[in-house]
Amino acid sequence: MVTIYDGKPGLSRRELLKRGGIGALLVISGSAVISPEHAWGLETSALKPETMATLIQMARDIYPHDQVPDKYYAIAVKGHDEQAGKDAAHKAMIEDGIADLDKKSGEGGYRALGWEDQRVAVLKQIETTPFFQAIRGGLVVGLYNQKEVWPIFGYEGESYSKGGYIARGFNDIEWL
Amino acid sequence: MAASFDLKNDGVVVIIGSGAGGGTLGNELAQKGIDVVILEAGARHEYEDFVNDEWDSFTQLAWKDKRTTSGDWRVAKDFPNLPAWIVKSVGGSTTHWAGASLRFQEHEFKTLSTYGKLKGANLLDWPITLAEMEPYYAKAEAKMGVTGTNDWPRLPGNNNFKVLKAGADKLGYKECHTGNMAINSVQRDDRNSCQQTGFCFQGCKWGAKWSTLYTEIPKGEATGHLEVRPNAMVIKINHDASGKVTGVVYADKDGKLQEQKARIVAVAGNSIESPRLLLNSESAKFPHGLANSSGQVGKNYMRHTTGSVYAIFEKPVHMYRGTTMAGIIRDEARHDPSRGFVGGYEFETLSLGLPFMAAFLDPGGWGRSFTTALDHYDHMAGLWIVGEDMPRAENRITLHADMKDEHGMPIADVHFDDHPNDTAMRNHAYKQASALYAAVGATRTFPTPPYPSTHNLGTNRMSEKAADGVVNKHGQAHDIKNLFVSDGSQFTTGAAENPTLTIVSLAIRQADYIAAQMSAKTI
Ligand SMILES: Cc1cc2nc3c(=O)[nH]c(=O)nc-3n(C[C@H](O)[C@H](O)[C@H](O)COP(=O)(O)OP(=O)(O)OC[C@H]3O[C@@H](n4cnc5c(N)ncnc54)[C@H](O)[C@@H]3O)c2cc1C
Ligand code: SF4
Repeated sequence: MVTIYDGKPGLSRRELLKRGGIGALLVISGSAVISPEHAWGLETSALKPETMATLIQMARDIYPHDQVPDKYYAIAVKGHDEQAGKDAAHKAMIEDGIADLDKKSGEGGYRALGWEDQRVAVLKQIETTPFFQAIRGGLVVGLYNQKEVWPIFGYEGESYSKGGYIARGFNDIEWL
Repeated sequence: MAASFDLKNDGVVVIIGSGAGGGTLGNELAQKGIDVVILEAGARHEYEDFVNDEWDSFTQLAWKDKRTTSGDWRVAKDFPNLPAWIVKSVGGSTTHWAGASLRFQEHEFKTLSTYGKLKGANLLDWPITLAEMEPYYAKAEAKMGVTGTNDWPRLPGNNNFKVLKAGADKLGYKECHTGNMAINSVQRDDRNSCQQTGFCFQGCKWGAKWSTLYTEIPKGEATGHLEVRPNAMVIKINHDASGKVTGVVYADKDGKLQEQKARIVAVAGNSIESPRLLLNSESAKFPHGLANSSGQVGKNYMRHTTGSVYAIFEKPVHMYRGTTMAGIIRDEARHDPSRGFVGGYEFETLSLGLPFMAAFLDPGGWGRSFTTALDHYDHMAGLWIVGEDMPRAENRITLHADMKDEHGMPIADVHFDDHPNDTAMRNHAYKQASALYAAVGATRTFPTPPYPSTHNLGTNRMSEKAADGVVNKHGQAHDIKNLFVSDGSQFTTGAAENPTLTIVSLAIRQADYIAAQMSAKTI
């Protein structure tokens, strides 16, 4: 089971920072990936938590939106943990894919590369692999179909219950 | 009250599919007192059940059964198992459709004579003229409540239209307005007027947009002569020793095979399923499939030369608010070979919500070039290109050699290669549209590749001579008198205009013909 939870993820913030080191964006604790800054955590059951943390970074590098918090990238990739739990081949694909990514990234692995450009250069090398395509393909729906991210992009979603836009700005453009 | 007919009743007209063609034909025949059974593969969802959510609606309504693709079109690479975006539900693709309803131009019924022979194209004149179609176009427009006809006002322009119009003015285009839409601009036909919800593609929850689901079908049912049987997937058409069709075999809601007898069978499953069914109905007498003595069944698959252009502006647009496709520029629809291609194209406003934009803007794309486009989603305007594409014998629907569906019916493969004329037209349109948006101050434009086909045409085409096509000018099979084709697969060529008004007009015309033939006892 994967659970994403807001609020205190069990460990105190001080403890988290002690374990993860100052400045770490995502902290691995036990079987969880935790964002101490934003107080949410993602517990993994099939994939290694380090793998999940790398997946989250990879998701952001594939579809970088600086205004979208990590949490939504985490939600977008968590399905891979569920699927890995049911399907050994999927699990192997993800774990091997991430291991390969780390290897290609040199010492410290993928997450140690400081610039997005450096990480993207590594992703370019694996762009055509089934692993990359599975992650990228899953994100198209996994990330952009989260209703919570729509307002960040200015998309208003469902409108029938609000009576459509007939009285809510369907023709309100002013700058033309 | 809706009728209910016995499986053994061999006096009924069986129609396969309840969309634009099938739903209309069913009602028209029922109005004349003819008993009709419509067999529809999909379930029945009424308009209250529609959802304002792109993926959820797609899951609810779209045809998702597996198909395969081949050819050089990009859809084959990006959506190998989704060649077409069409519907499996009562109402067919008229639940998803946007409502743009345009008559063909006169020369578009005579493409071979007008354009001449074109290498690699299988052009042919229609066996009907615009003059013959005009009275039926008028009936269809009246039935569907098409704006800009019959004194119905056009829809008000939304933000996306206003950007289009400003650009059209700057470029000197003359014919730009909010279109001829089968969407109520005023209350009529006991249905609401458009509330500008902006989910036309997801099924209109107000019922403002014409769909056979809540117009033709209930009207037909009210006569007591029409039964619509949902969850009934036809897999074979049967015939007797004389070659006349006698009924159809379908899988019912439990997957059990049933045979419905028939006096007449009309196929209206849209241009992938209709030829698939005819091909799958092969027999000792018809070894290449029903109605296929010409060898044309499945060939000449057309999908319109399409593409989209989205553009980003400094200030907000909110293109997704309001009617999705109420905006058109018609100046490029003319035939003017000096542009480097034959035939023409229309520009129509188009908007996708964020989820579909992410899926279709640049399928497979990733990285900042892609994401910075979406970052400005609310500053985007967009349009769709719809132009005439060339029929080609090798663009075709075939039965897959070994893959079968849950009922054991071979799945369809859709092969498509662009003709050089298609490519030249698309590139011309990309350039014009980019210039149009640049003229209004666009800071970035995106020539977006064609989506899975929403317009599927031509695979059982009409022809004067039996050797050139599958059906005659009434959609009646050249080979089999009591077998008809009633959907867009009859189209001899595709024209620049969205197809549905023509499909509906042909269905009204066909109903007159069938009724006359039935009373004359010729079928
Ligand atoms: C998103 C979208 C937007 C569109 N916008 C426009 C527009 O603005 N203007 C326009 O003119 N057109 C538009 N179209 C196209 C329009 O919807 C189609 O051209 C039209 O509906 C085709 O009519 P049809 O009768 O050929 O098939 P459909 O309407 O697709 O109906 C076919 C029906 O047959 C059923 N069926 C298939 N095979 C079988 C079988 N073996 N047994 C039983 N049932 C079967 C299917 O389930 C389906 O319900 C749009 C389409 C889409 C998807
Ligand atoms: S914009 Fe108009 S036609 Fe489209 S779904 Fe809304 S009410 Fe219906």
